[in-house]
Amino acid sequence: MAEFDVRERVDITDVVCPVTFVKAKVALEELEDGEVLSVHMNDGEPVQNVPRSIKEDGHQILKLIDNEDGTYDLIVRKVGD
Amino acid sequence: MAFTNEQLERYSRQIILKEIGVKGQKKLLNAKVLIIGAGGLGAPAAMYLAGAGVGTIGIADADVVDLSNLQRQVIHGTPDLGKPKVESAKESIKAINPEVEVHTYHTFVGADNIADMIRDYDFILDGTDNFPAKFLINDACVMAGKPFSHAGILRFSGQLMTYVPGEGPCYRCVFENPPPKDAVPTCKQAGVIGAMAGVIGCLQALEAIKYITGAGELLTGKLLTYDALTMKFRTVKLPRNHRCGVCGEHPTITELIDYEQVECEGL
Repeated sequence: MAEFDVRERVDITDVVCPVTFVKAKVALEELEDGEVLSVHMNDGEPVQNVPRSIKEDGHQILKLIDNEDGTYDLIVRKVGD
Repeated sequence: MAFTNEQLERYSRQIILKEIGVKGQKKLLNAKVLIIGAGGLGAPAAMYLAGAGVGTIGIADADVVDLSNLQRQVIHGTPDLGKPKVESAKESIKAINPEVEVHTYHTFVGADNIADMIRDYDFILDGTDNFPAKFLINDACVMAGKPFSHAGILRFSGQLMTYVPGEGPCYRCVFENPPPKDAVPTCKQAGVIGAMAGVIGCLQALEAIKYITGAGELLTGKLLTYDALTMKFRTVKLPRNHRCGVCGEHPTITELIDYEQVECEGL
């Protein structure tokens, strides 16, 4: 992940829908415009829904990294204050 | 302030809303709302505000829970009969959301105590059932620069408006003085449908939540009326009265007034 200047990381593997998205949203609200968040999430429902919800909120999805252990890291750039 | 996972789950359905979000939820958790009257209007309002996570809720009411209250005052239950309404309401609020701090005032509001009571609150909710209290709450809020939600219900109809200092008319701009004694029947004499109180009390809770979070438009400068028999909501625009006795350019009412109380059993 050296290619991204990740400002903050959040782990949403300990919660279930819709708190997964809410936890990511909370982490994003703490950042400044343009800063990058890495969201650690489980395969399945989170990886299907959370990126889409974050995108709908207007943020920019930079990359979804498959950790090949049943988890993913979603790299998001915050858009807006 | 960081949210716990439990808080995120509890408030997830409203944090998801763009108009509320994390910022709005933090505002709610830091907000202080005073509900005057733990009756038909105050009951649902208190419950929804507790659910929404309003950090501090004050409740003022001098009465005890009576069997005839339970038809509409959903915050109280049959085991609460005879208990002070403020205590019963506090227990229900704590059961819904233990995170809420509850302050109780087991007393009537009057010219001698209302200014102290409202001082620490961000928003006041008028859930009273009589005109002297409604005028008193209005005057005290105008004088202290506090926003409040006015509401009234009778039989199958209800009304509400929201006062925000400097942004629209106060209750007295619209209704200059209390009506003559016995001109308007009390709910005890005229009756009221419980769900009616629920509708209007919930609208008051919504106005409080919108004021705190800044979401949407408030009923400032507008009176909403609701007729449950025809299922019609109407919004009437109301101007400020520059000659209003309390919020006008030359106020004639500079002290709080205790108008004669007309006996009523409590909404």
